[in-house]
Amino acid sequence: MATTYDVRLGPEGAALEAKNVSVFYGDKQAIDTVSLAVPKKQVVALIGPSGCGKSTLLRCFNRMNDLVKGARVEGDVEFRGQNLYDPNIDPVEVRRRIGMVFQKPNPFPKSIYDNVAFGPRINRFEGNLDDLVETSLRQAALWDEVNDRLGESAYALSGGQQQRLCIARTLAVKPELVLMDEPASALDPIATQRIEELIYELKEEYTIVIVTHNMQQAARISDYTAFLYMGKLIEYGPTDTIFTNPREERTEAYVTGRFG
Amino acid sequence: MTAQHPAIGEGRSALDRKRRAKGAVFAVLCGAATAVGVLSLAVLLVDVVADGIGSLDADFMTSFASRFPERAGIKAALAGSVWILFLTASIAFPLSVAAAIYLEEYAGEGWISRAIQTNIANLAGVPSIVYGILGLAFFVRTLGFDRSVISGALTLSLLVMPVIIIASQEAIRAVPSTIREAAYGLGATRWQVVSRQILPMAMPGIMTGTILALSRAVGETAPLIMVGAVGFIAFTPDGLRDPFTVLPLQIYNWVSRPQDEFRALAAAGIIVLLALLLSMNAVAIVLRNRYRTRI
Repeated sequence: MATTYDVRLGPEGAALEAKNVSVFYGDKQAIDTVSLAVPKKQVVALIGPSGCGKSTLLRCFNRMNDLVKGARVEGDVEFRGQNLYDPNIDPVEVRRRIGMVFQKPNPFPKSIYDNVAFGPRINRFEGNLDDLVETSLRQAALWDEVNDRLGESAYALSGGQQQRLCIARTLAVKPELVLMDEPASALDPIATQRIEELIYELKEEYTIVIVTHNMQQAARISDYTAFLYMGKLIEYGPTDTIFTNPREERTEAYVTGRFG
Repeated sequence: MTAQHPAIGEGRSALDRKRRAKGAVFAVLCGAATAVGVLSLAVLLVDVVADGIGSLDADFMTSFASRFPERAGIKAALAGSVWILFLTASIAFPLSVAAAIYLEEYAGEGWISRAIQTNIANLAGVPSIVYGILGLAFFVRTLGFDRSVISGALTLSLLVMPVIIIASQEAIRAVPSTIREAAYGLGATRWQVVSRQILPMAMPGIMTGTILALSRAVGETAPLIMVGAVGFIAFTPDGLRDPFTVLPLQIYNWVSRPQDEFRALAAAGIIVLLALLLSMNAVAIVLRNRYRTRI
């Protein structure tokens, strides 16, 4: 089965490139030889019906799948000229360079400040931690809401604020690439809108790969969209094309809501 | 509105009354079961306090055992119990928590870890006298620790370790996987995830399990008799190799004597033992709450 692939890299090149990636959970194949390049400082959305493997693919990009027992990844994921699955690559280092925001807000049971400071602290950050926490919270558009209560528990924040805190926490380790796994799926429409605006702003500095269930969201925030179905990459191209003029019949069926 | 639906309370059938009666009977039975426990404990407490409070004074706390009831005291047994308690806690707690961390966070899914898991669960149910025999054979004889505080503490450590390991594993497993993912996702090493996120969150549960296990250890007699705790002793332990006795043994010793005065002493000893248990639990609750509020 051929893939329709219409993404041309600009002069900046690719932030990350998957080459023939397959993922197995035990005997079950979740991803089947997917290849795609993520252009730098762009937002790439992964869409597809539940169980199509979009989260699994995302978790290959920072070796999160290593933590799943029985998971096995084949193929290469190239990042800055290195294969992330090379035996001499340390997955801990990979995860520090490639940040991840999860589906449900998952702040640590600590203060707002300590949540943001956790990453820098474990990575032996030498510098002004207060400044870094403030910058990260500003980048995540949360500073104005929490600057007078940094010592309070992160659990006292609303769901949307917690998710922005998780984004600030990810940004505090200064990743080069940010992976987002349905970051707004547990949030109300207003909080979702704030996250979307934030993603739009973060694009200035970061490359973002986002998994989403919500096709309108993919259409609003992404530059490129990849459609996955049953573990295979069906179509990958500019978001406009995918949503208005897809070339694959299954892509059209999915984006027009005929299945999924 | 049409009158098709009856009003609330109207036409309550016999069947309806029957199932309500069943509910009421069940509630009464549950209440009675609770009352049996609470009342018998209350009766026991009142009885013990009535018998023992007269003998419970400063002399009792500071005197050693004696064959004259008016001169006999609990000092040696209390000191022995406290020694055993602290030694057992300091041996069993770190070993058990480390084992639980290993099993939950490091060990793979293979048959070896399953076998270890099954064994630990079974060990938690082994009668304490069996640990006593092991302690006698291994600590007292093979390692040559003799009939000493350290032999007793090591034996009790073996006894409580399975319980603490299982409780710790459950506490560790109860830490949401989202927290692990968040920490790993920020580039934390396994040790950083364990030490900075998982352990602090699991600590209240680990401490509850530890205290329950230690409470059991404080009341043990059988394994300590096996490793040679003595019933009649006139000094407190000064070091790990000294002989010792513990509260339950001293109490048993007094109860088995014919004179009534000794029975009053036994009751006073029980009060001391209960006080020790309650203060252990209080310490645990304080520590646990401190951990919770930090979160």
